[in-house]
Amino acid sequence: MLSLLIWLPILGGTLVLAAGGRSQGATARWLALGTGGVVFLLSSVLYFGFEIGTSAMQFEERLAWIPAFEVYYYLGVDGISMPLILLTTFATVLVIIAGWEVIQYKQTQYLAAFLIMEGLMVGVFSALDAILFYVFWEAMLVPMFLIIGIWGGPNRIYATIKFFLYTFMGSVLMLVALIYLRYQTDSFGILDFHGTALALSQQILIFLAFLVAFAVKVPMWPVHTWLPDAHVEAPTGGSVILAAIMLKIGAYGFLRFSLPITPAASIELAWLLIALSLIAVVYIGLVAIVQEDMKKLIAYSSVAHMGFVTLGFFAIFDIFAHTGATEGSGGGGAVMALEGGLVQMISHGFVSAALFLCVGVLYDRVHSRLIKDYGGVANRMPIFAAFFVLFAMANVGLPGTSGFVGEFMVILASFQGNFWYAALAALTLILGAAYTLWLIKRVVYGEVANAQVAALTDLNAREFIVLGALAGAVLLLGIWPAPLIEVMEPSLQHLLQQVITTP
Amino acid sequence: MTFEMPDFSLALPEIWVLSMACLVLVVDLFAKGRESALAFHLVQFTLLTTVWLSIETQWGLKATTFSGTYVADKFACLLKVAICVLSFLVFAYSRDYLRKRELLRGDFFLLGLLGVLGMMIMASAHSLLTVYLGLELVELCLFAMVAYDRENRVSSEAAMKYFVLAALSSGMLLYGMSMVYGAAQSLDLAQIAAIAANGESGLLLAFGLTFILVGVAFKFGAVPFHMWIPDVYQGALTPVTVYVGTAPKIAAVALFVRLLVDGLGALHDQWQVMATIIAVGSLAVGNLFALVQTNIKRMLGYSTIAHVGFLFLGFIAGTEEGYSAALFYAITYGLMAAGAFGVVILLSRRGFEADLIEDMKGLNDRHSGFAVVMLILMFSLTGVPGTVGFYAKWLVLKSVIDVNMVWLAVVAVIFAVIGAFYYLRVIRMVYFDRRTDGEPLEAPAGLRVVLAGNGLAVLALGIFPDSLITACKAALAG
Repeated sequence: MLSLLIWLPILGGTLVLAAGGRSQGATARWLALGTGGVVFLLSSVLYFGFEIGTSAMQFEERLAWIPAFEVYYYLGVDGISMPLILLTTFATVLVIIAGWEVIQYKQTQYLAAFLIMEGLMVGVFSALDAILFYVFWEAMLVPMFLIIGIWGGPNRIYATIKFFLYTFMGSVLMLVALIYLRYQTDSFGILDFHGTALALSQQILIFLAFLVAFAVKVPMWPVHTWLPDAHVEAPTGGSVILAAIMLKIGAYGFLRFSLPITPAASIELAWLLIALSLIAVVYIGLVAIVQEDMKKLIAYSSVAHMGFVTLGFFAIFDIFAHTGATEGSGGGGAVMALEGGLVQMISHGFVSAALFLCVGVLYDRVHSRLIKDYGGVANRMPIFAAFFVLFAMANVGLPGTSGFVGEFMVILASFQGNFWYAALAALTLILGAAYTLWLIKRVVYGEVANAQVAALTDLNAREFIVLGALAGAVLLLGIWPAPLIEVMEPSLQHLLQQVITTP
Repeated sequence: MTFEMPDFSLALPEIWVLSMACLVLVVDLFAKGRESALAFHLVQFTLLTTVWLSIETQWGLKATTFSGTYVADKFACLLKVAICVLSFLVFAYSRDYLRKRELLRGDFFLLGLLGVLGMMIMASAHSLLTVYLGLELVELCLFAMVAYDRENRVSSEAAMKYFVLAALSSGMLLYGMSMVYGAAQSLDLAQIAAIAANGESGLLLAFGLTFILVGVAFKFGAVPFHMWIPDVYQGALTPVTVYVGTAPKIAAVALFVRLLVDGLGALHDQWQVMATIIAVGSLAVGNLFALVQTNIKRMLGYSTIAHVGFLFLGFIAGTEEGYSAALFYAITYGLMAAGAFGVVILLSRRGFEADLIEDMKGLNDRHSGFAVVMLILMFSLTGVPGTVGFYAKWLVLKSVIDVNMVWLAVVAVIFAVIGAFYYLRVIRMVYFDRRTDGEPLEAPAGLRVVLAGNGLAVLALGIFPDSLITACKAALAG
């Protein structure tokens, strides 16, 4: 099942490439959409076939891959990775639709790159062998590198090389750490790494190696600088995938690697991570306010939101120290922090994707991302304005939208740990409201700013479908998050047990 | 003293190559004027049959013949297969290039084939004498090939430099060998190993060891003995550059393994430090200098130096796994380098060498298929998973981490990141810089097929690397 989700898009992407060679566009487009759609439908099997209430890996597949070094082709999902896979397949479909007529240059290669990347990203989330994980993790960079570099904006080459080198730098150190873990445990299985007894000094080094890899991906302050560049230059689809999924992979790494493999180091260095998260939340929030480029603003807002996620993950130690409880959905503040972080990841996946798509919609019409070139868009594009405002509200964390659930859980849980974390984090709600609402005010409302805005046409059916689907997801998750939390809870409980009890 | 009849059957691959080389020589004499097609096909046929012959006669054996100067074992067999396959690729790329420049003569392929013979002898050497014999045969052919285009002043200069430096290094090697001979009283590698292991005459051996290591590092082109690499790579005709850059690297692994592992493996502690300096130096110089190159041949030259640094990590580890990792690295590097130069050849025309990185511009617009091949090759050289280059790096890193030299692994990966930049620059030219005025590519079908196959092999081995890894492991296990 998981193999199908990985290889079907890759195969589809290859076919799209082949089809693109002969006919111009249409066949390749439908083929790409078909593949994306089928993969999304197939991935729903993961959800409906998922056994709730266990933290064990499900849909496992295990084949010998490199027997010479006991590397296995070992896949499986738990409550942490399954929602992220759904997010991936969902986002890819939207990206394919969003690129339908917008991309003119080498469209087949564009679609193929996204499909291949989809397969690789599903691979990252489902790999349970360290080397397999690493292969997907880094192979994923290749399509993204090309997407930004080929279809990006004027400064795309600088941005994409910066993106690649930053992430490559992070991941090679992780590779060294993984090999070192193999040296210690005699296995490449990620689950075998969990609960390995390592001396604190070793743990700290491994933790730092992982930290570089994941912090670059998340991205955490101060290694976030590639993100605004990459986002601004990337084509809309690239920004969507980057924001919706790639950033989540870094946070996923913390859950799958850092916390369970090096729990003692995590406790030791939790202050560092919390400090970095809070800086991201507050400082980047302030930076976002002064941005003049819409994409850059949303990119910085992504950094700030991901700060919430990492805050939730690493606040658990303080919370645990205060409450001592790990059981129960309400009682265990630590579990709630983790859940909040994960919900925030999913929610941010929807919201940031939607915001980038909104900017894309405007950019396709006006060819500018600068806020000052807009004003009064609502007068000409009422439907679009409604969507844009909805997503902005979700970004702010308005109750009823998905953004609220995650942030609320993280803040509520943090209060049990340390008042100041929570206070600072809550402060960003205000900051977030400030930059988002100000953006909305300047772009959407007010008088029609110039002739270009006056000539705008409202959403076409294709754009409506894309934004509508995301709006549905945002509201659904905001109003009724229980199914998602239900799925992830046992896995997070289990993770927490591992982290708290191992040292 | 009784005279024993040597067992010729063990050396069948070499004997076959030698006889075919003689045949090609004669055939070429009489087949003038037909673009030496016959010589080319005969040489290619020889290489393919030698692959088969090597596997058939030598895989799984471990036997010496010719009074213990020649050994047939898995290591030799795997090396011969790799050398023949890579040379096959190189000649396939060369033919069209030479024809367009009216340089196509049978002697190019003949020299190449004799070079292959020399490398095969090195792979099977079991005495200092055979090592040196094979080495000099290779060098002689390489000198002539670098100077092949004698009207070209750059080529001639490169050949001269190469000759002087290589002769110097051979001299060093020979000097080292003579000291080892003095200490061990024998040319036989097994005897030398026994003497080295019992620890007597340590000082003399240590001196010999140092000179041998210098000679070996020269052949690899490792820092600080790398000076010839950039000039030769840039100056020689592109087909010669590919030839120099692929199979001889594998032969150099043979040189290292035969001399320093089979022979002086007991002194691993002593050469480990030197090899570490060489490795770190190569990583630093290769990667940093490659960053600023504009000529792609020269850039790939410096990148070779960097890759040699990586390859040395396997030797430094000093374990069987480490040596097999180094062997794996050499073979896969040969495959990648052959492909990369193949693309350069593909892009070149008469009077236009396409040897600037800028000449790659807009390849994706001109032919998206070859753009993908170049993409795969460049990412493979970078070491990105999904391509075989990743496993090469992974294995050598693993071998040094397994002997608890994590710091060395960290140094190496940091240089790998620096190195990524110049490969990305090539990809940038291929994909990001659009150029619509470029003419469509013209190349004969044979060249296209071989190049596509080369790219696919890098990808396929990148997804299913196990067979080659297992083969390399088996080769070193004896």
